[in-house]
Amino acid sequence: MSGFLALVRRDLALSLRIGGGASFALVFFLMIVTLTPFAIGPDLNLLARIAPAILWIGAVLATLIGLDRLFQADAEDGTLDLLKAGRLPLEGIVLAKCLAHWLTTGLPLALAAPLFGLLLAMEPAGMAAAALSLLIGTPALTFIGAVGAALTAGIRRGGVLIAILALPLMIPVLIFGVAACNAAVGGTIPFSTPLAILGALTLIFAVIGVIGAAAGLRQVD
Amino acid sequence: MTIINQLANPTRFMALSGRLLPWIAGMGAVCLIIGFYGAWFRAPADYQQGETIRIMYVHVPAAWLAMLFYTLMTLSAVGALVWRHPLAEVAQKAAAPIGACFALVCLITGALWGRPMWGTYWVWDARLTSMLVLLLIYLAIIALWRTVDEPAQAGRAVSILTLVGFVNIPIIKFSVDWWNTLHQPASVFRMGGPTIHPSMLWPLLICAVGLSLAAVALHLVAMRTEIMRRRIRTLTILAADRADRAAGMAGYGSAAQ
Repeated sequence: MSGFLALVRRDLALSLRIGGGASFALVFFLMIVTLTPFAIGPDLNLLARIAPAILWIGAVLATLIGLDRLFQADAEDGTLDLLKAGRLPLEGIVLAKCLAHWLTTGLPLALAAPLFGLLLAMEPAGMAAAALSLLIGTPALTFIGAVGAALTAGIRRGGVLIAILALPLMIPVLIFGVAACNAAVGGTIPFSTPLAILGALTLIFAVIGVIGAAAGLRQVD
Repeated sequence: MTIINQLANPTRFMALSGRLLPWIAGMGAVCLIIGFYGAWFRAPADYQQGETIRIMYVHVPAAWLAMLFYTLMTLSAVGALVWRHPLAEVAQKAAAPIGACFALVCLITGALWGRPMWGTYWVWDARLTSMLVLLLIYLAIIALWRTVDEPAQAGRAVSILTLVGFVNIPIIKFSVDWWNTLHQPASVFRMGGPTIHPSMLWPLLICAVGLSLAAVALHLVAMRTEIMRRRIRTLTILAADRADRAAGMAGYGSAAQ
């Protein structure tokens, strides 16, 4: 357990210091939220209607940031070999690194979602729903991305490949995330239904993603 | 199981597949000729959909085969990861482009069929979307194959991705169904009817068998090509290694003089 926490703390420290890029995801998220109104026009009604979609697309794309270095940096400088030789199982290593990644991407996005929702003319209920759905759903995105990151850890130009590998698998999370936001501001289904499924997806992918990523890391030399 | 174990020897596989291939391809061709003859000249036009129903004889087998080849890839991935069967990796690599092609054929024929029937080439119907996502997963797998240059390493990475994708496919299917029923009423997408008349069923089944045999023949050819490609790769590396060593000896010799 101490090894697990130490690894989380190390990854957090690495991403918060210079060259880490912990703030990239949030800035990127803000960029997407800003660019969309320029593309579709300043129609507040339309923006309010598609705001959950913009926030969730932004979250999906922002999660990809940092994924390409999630395991690659450690594989390159030999840290990964050292971690593999340690007592913490590879699955635990993956979980610790996913947690650190989520703390620097998913969590800030979820916390910033109400503020960005303001820019997109969301109702207060919608903002709260967006924040809650992102809080519950973004860990799933990280776990899915971890599989792609592990499989491309040994490849030099893995960045775009991660997006190609992970994005199709992120579709269910996107669907239920947006559905939860829409259900909160009206609609026929109760808010809790998509939210519960979103939680289930996060749990499922916590298992699949961690096992898959650990298997992927084992084949990296 | 013994046969599968024996086939771990590529030479034995090459001999066996070389003997089987003409028969499979020939039977596939015969089935396709009979099936397409039935589909074009024997099967009646649908009373609602008219002549466009004939697209079905390619569309439906293509959809089946797109899913069947993913299952084949999953089984191969298990074989490659669990038993380290050398042929499983080759089978998996050869299957990916074929499955992707069938998914694409299914989507294109579906679009051509949808235009006269539904009035549009594409709708975000649950089934169409699922097939599109399946195509995307196929493309991701092919992309991973084409990025890692060491075949053994690529094989293991792709096997893991294939298995993760296989676990995800039911989840994606469920979520897309849920998403679709939420957004649009299923009023446009009623097919001609749940039951299919025997006069249409037999050409469909023969077409399906013919296309499956053709797919298996293509798969065998692709596997043989892949085995040959790996042999050439090994021989090239060995030759380069030998040339390198010879050059090094010569260089050492001249330096010593």
